[in-house]
Amino acid sequence: MSSRPPVPPPLSSPEAAAAIAPPARAAALPAAVIASPVSRDRLERWTAARVALGRAGSSLPTSVHLGFLHDHARARDAVWTAVDFDELTRRLGASGVVTAKVRSQASDRGEYLRRPDLGRLLEADAEATLSHRAGSGSARAVIVVADGLSAQAIQINSQAVIEALLPQLANAGVTVGPVVLVEQGRVAVGDPIAVALGAELAIVLIGERPGLSAADSLGCYLTWSPRPGTPDSRRNCISNIRAGGLAPAEAARKIAWLAAQALRRGVSGLALKDEAPPAQVEG
Amino acid sequence: MAPQTVCCGCDEPAMSHASTVDGTRWVFADLKDLLAKASPERSGDHLAGVAARSAIERFAAQQALADLPLRAFLSSEIVPYEDDEVTRLIVDSHDAAAFAPVASLTVGELREWLLSSLATASTLAALAPGLTPEMAAAVSKIMRLQDLAVVSAKCEVVTRFRDTLGLPGRLATRLQPNHPTDDSRGIAAALIDGLLLGAGDAVIGINPAGDSVADYVRIVTLLDDIRARLEIPTQTCCLGHVTTAIAAIERGAPVDLVFQSIAGSQKANAGFGVSLAVLREAFDAARSLRRGSVGNNAMYFETGQGAALSAEGHHGADQQTMEARAYGVARAFAPLIVNSVVGFIGPEYLYNGKQIQRAGLEDHFCGKLLGVPMGVDVCYTNHAEADQDDMDGLLTMLVVAGVTFVITVPGADDIMLNYQSLSHHDVLAIRELTGRRRAPEFEEWLRRSGLSDQTGALVESPAHAAGGALAKAVALLAEPEKSA
Repeated sequence: MSSRPPVPPPLSSPEAAAAIAPPARAAALPAAVIASPVSRDRLERWTAARVALGRAGSSLPTSVHLGFLHDHARARDAVWTAVDFDELTRRLGASGVVTAKVRSQASDRGEYLRRPDLGRLLEADAEATLSHRAGSGSARAVIVVADGLSAQAIQINSQAVIEALLPQLANAGVTVGPVVLVEQGRVAVGDPIAVALGAELAIVLIGERPGLSAADSLGCYLTWSPRPGTPDSRRNCISNIRAGGLAPAEAARKIAWLAAQALRRGVSGLALKDEAPPAQVEG
Repeated sequence: MAPQTVCCGCDEPAMSHASTVDGTRWVFADLKDLLAKASPERSGDHLAGVAARSAIERFAAQQALADLPLRAFLSSEIVPYEDDEVTRLIVDSHDAAAFAPVASLTVGELREWLLSSLATASTLAALAPGLTPEMAAAVSKIMRLQDLAVVSAKCEVVTRFRDTLGLPGRLATRLQPNHPTDDSRGIAAALIDGLLLGAGDAVIGINPAGDSVADYVRIVTLLDDIRARLEIPTQTCCLGHVTTAIAAIERGAPVDLVFQSIAGSQKANAGFGVSLAVLREAFDAARSLRRGSVGNNAMYFETGQGAALSAEGHHGADQQTMEARAYGVARAFAPLIVNSVVGFIGPEYLYNGKQIQRAGLEDHFCGKLLGVPMGVDVCYTNHAEADQDDMDGLLTMLVVAGVTFVITVPGADDIMLNYQSLSHHDVLAIRELTGRRRAPEFEEWLRRSGLSDQTGALVESPAHAAGGALAKAVALLAEPEKSA
């Protein structure tokens, strides 16, 4: 044990403090960093872009560089984390929401990313699972939750949207069957699901491609009379559903309005504009 | 030993595309199949079902392609002439006299010619109208990244509007100050930030969130106002649809460059809502304004591998060949700038950093070889297997290859399109590494404005520079907003 290296003095010791103390002339910025000629607050009040970053030589200051790495790491994890559908099933079940779970034909995340066509198709035995769970008598609409490109979007935001949406759909006379959860699903996987269940309207909640500023955005696509091969121009999209974006309760209000209109008028997509009345101010 | 034959199922055609590897004879159905199988691996060709199924099959195709005479490309169409106006444009505008010097070569011999001292800036420029996009794509498929860079670096494509782009030793940038709602102040703030970091000599260009004529007019008016007040020798652009631009020009809007996304087939272009006739109309409208001061190259095009497949307009061809055909469209309209948005399209077309890097170098090479002023949006999305390190490698290779321009955004984060392009800083760093300078007119403006020194390096405290552009620029943000 005598070969053990000497223990450095604790950081709080006077010797250590002297060794690491900055030179007296150091300013608030590290001397190597050149601040932006225009202060950050004068530009940042107008945009969320990464402006007035300053520079270290030609390159980014370390804090800015680390901030970017943080945001990218969050986005990468959103793409590559698997949604815990069992846990989501339990949470929804606890609120009395019945679910059915199926998979697309994409076998894993790598294949899902490479083969969007497979993410639009249901696995072989899914239709049997669905018709078994649906029981007798078909509902007019089906809510589908597909992982898409962000697990966080599903885990953080999907339950809130569904719980706000179900009573509003019921009020509008729109019947729904079990909520269908899809592993490795794309938007169009809602089409064969609706066909299997005999639903006239597919409401697909899906994790959006994460950006650096938000990795948990949920998207919602409504399609009247969905069937395989439906063009995107026949779908209505509500995007950026998250805290800090379109709040889940507000999104649910828009979805319910569009759902009722789509079923009443027999259209969706370009032929159906989002003209939901603004939310009532409470109090 | 008689070779074993692996065939696509066809009867071996009269003009055989075949080669023998280790005793196995590989036969390819036609030129389109040969080009697809010879393509270095990328996810989009698997998605389309046209990729080689093994490394040996890919090699067999590359070997057969290397032995193919260039003349074969003049009698074999990837997309039928009768069905496709892009093919008609390529075939009808082929310059047989320009082709003559290489007419007797095979694809493999063209590679050697391009790498040799016979290929110079002037001989390459003279050859460009004699090469078809398919020839350019073919030779690129048997070239390494280093080959692509060596040949691209010899190509010289110079274009002009308010400054001069593509001169040797130069590198320009598109300043892309996008905003998610096209807010005028938000655009202006990011624009000023980019100018302070020396960006914007290729173009100051906005991707609009909406595509209304009113928004287009507001955006180009804003950009032109800033450009004119600061007297910047550059050009501005709103990257709305070409028909929106035509409508804005009819309303008298200050339109410098007219933009359009284009692809390599009539059907894919129809997916973008354009035809050659519509592009011709836009070209005539843009040039009629004569807003350039040192030249009148008034078009800006974006392209990208996978665009044709995503529009189901690929006709069974590989995505890199279809991309080269888009340059065949571009060069008919004397553009100021063209860029591939290489990593923007996503992992189903280019899966990872390796595929994005290769595609970026291929696109730049094919564009330059065909005489197009080629830039690249060095970029990726968060669902691609790529990160900033991959972009550093791609940027460095492209700059060594003489890329005309790259796109830069604040902090590498485009908050409107939700993807990562380069930061303004990235280009400062590559200038430091390689000594590449900005367009001469813009370089002089930056120095005159007190933002850079004589060497082009940014000064640390431009606020102290007397009569500089900085105070004027910041004052713009303090003004009450004008209604459109």
